[in-house]
Amino acid sequence: MDATFKVQRYDPESQEGSHYEEFEVDLPEYGSVLEGLLDIRDHQDGSLSLRCSCRSAICGSCSMKINGESRLACKAMVSDIKETEGDIITVEPMGNMPVIKDLVVNMDMFWEKVEKIEPYLQPTGPEPEKEYLVSNDEMMKLAVAMNCIMCGACVSDCTVLEVDKTFLGPAALAKAFRFAADPRDGAQEERLESYNEPTGVWDCTRCFMCVQACPKDVAPMERIMDIRSMVVENEIDKKGRGQRHIQGFIDGVKHSGRLDEFGLARKTFGFPIWAFELADLGIRRILRLRLPPIIHKSIKSAKNVKKIFENLGV
Amino acid sequence: MRYAFWPGCVSKAGTPELFPAATAVANKIGMDLVELDQANCTGAGVLGERNEELVDTLNARNFAMAEQMGLDTILTICSTCQGVMSSVNYKLREKPEYLAKINENLKEEGLEYKGTVRVTHMMWAVVEELGLDKLSEMVVNPLTGLRIAPFYGCYILRPRYVLGMDEHPDRTQYLEKIIAALGAEPIDYEGKLRCCGFPIMTINQDNGLKMVANHTLEAKDKGAHALVTPCPLCHLNLDEFQPRAASKAGESIDMPVLHLPQLIGSALGFNVKEMGLKRHIISTDNFVEIAGIS
Ligand code: FES
Repeated sequence: MDATFKVQRYDPESQEGSHYEEFEVDLPEYGSVLEGLLDIRDHQDGSLSLRCSCRSAICGSCSMKINGESRLACKAMVSDIKETEGDIITVEPMGNMPVIKDLVVNMDMFWEKVEKIEPYLQPTGPEPEKEYLVSNDEMMKLAVAMNCIMCGACVSDCTVLEVDKTFLGPAALAKAFRFAADPRDGAQEERLESYNEPTGVWDCTRCFMCVQACPKDVAPMERIMDIRSMVVENEIDKKGRGQRHIQGFIDGVKHSGRLDEFGLARKTFGFPIWAFELADLGIRRILRLRLPPIIHKSIKSAKNVKKIFENLGV
Repeated sequence: MRYAFWPGCVSKAGTPELFPAATAVANKIGMDLVELDQANCTGAGVLGERNEELVDTLNARNFAMAEQMGLDTILTICSTCQGVMSSVNYKLREKPEYLAKINENLKEEGLEYKGTVRVTHMMWAVVEELGLDKLSEMVVNPLTGLRIAPFYGCYILRPRYVLGMDEHPDRTQYLEKIIAALGAEPIDYEGKLRCCGFPIMTINQDNGLKMVANHTLEAKDKGAHALVTPCPLCHLNLDEFQPRAASKAGESIDMPVLHLPQLIGSALGFNVKEMGLKRHIISTDNFVEIAGIS
């Protein structure tokens, strides 16, 4: 099977700067993008730099952008890509991390963030005589997050990290869930308090990029939402804006069946700050005659909706 | 074709120009919309942070109402509603025992979701059910000379497995195709598949505004006359917050942002008032002039 690879090249020791080079390769029917790149390195240009080891989607070394999306090169089949995405396979280094050379990025920032969430169990109380016992159900919940192979694909595609490098990011926060939700851990409250801080779980914009990128179905964003739920359930910082936003949203839908935008703004920002926060927006809206209905209308069956909330204890 | 229509909360409140524009266009292209007027908010991803069962129940309630009306497809004009509905529907249809549990929550109101509903967005329906050829034929005012930047928004792109992308892999290119069918030129830029930043505006506005500035400035750099989006929340952020984003970035942007039905309607002969083009925060005058809309 023939394929054209368009590879982003960068050599810090050359004057040329970052640029693309095209290579033609001939691969076996089930060849992966990684095999294509290794073929290029072995037979066309020995200076091409990339990371890989297991070649079986286990070690997490070979993450890179393939046609703009971060994936494991060893798991991405050239034939599949050619079929659905077209003939040219564009390969670039991961995003959100500085490039060292060609397809190799500096992952220090990735590891620093993982370290920050204290990725180890911190048990309290006396040690049990034998092992710590965890129920099957509880372990299954953690297992999803434990599947992470630290490849960096989620961090590479994170839209918040693109604008703010201080965000803890999807990989570290998925790992944070794995420890905060572990019944053997004794530091749950301190963990939740720290993940609740700015740069933590509330900075996620729920764009699903990491869910899409993760090759192991960890769905980091869903784990971030799990931590948000834990923060709410454990009543950590009830006055935080994130929680007030959820509560304001609930109040509107519970009582009227629909989102109450004014009420939501009032409750999230608190009185009278909301009026100042929204003043310039309000003035512009008035000038454009674009006022939403000032009086929020309920749907006729609103009481049935309210009943659903009440029956579920919300 | 007949659809159970869910306009979403924002199309009647935060972006009040969207509802009339969308219904006028639907009417013109032969989409028969029966509004689900007793349906509830889908939760927009926010309610799920508190209680997933609640969100699944609320959405099942809406699906059950569509079934009761004898309709098998819910059409929405909000990408966010579409995203929540598609993922809840995927879950309920995959797990019959869970659906039974959710139906218990609906019993009191006498509703039951049988799992037969399909969720679609107007953007998908235009391409898949009306067809681009048909759409082109209906154009009376081709948008020649206009360069339009597509902006999809997250929930109509990801996660792919709940959005029917296996069956329709080109759903990631429908905006470009519609833009071209209307006679305009779609422009390619990095921001088109990214996040508008709306969900974090109450928590980290700085980051949200940076996203707004990045995407609108990039589109401007590439020569776009306007952005078009199928998501009213993206519209809120990219249009309403653009002046703040511009002053924060220290640059003037002035990039008009259109709802998808407004762009379609502009080519189908509707006028400025019918499409609500004067009601945006960022002026659409330049677009209106080049498009030659009355
Ligand atoms: S080489 Fe190990 S994951 Fe790809």
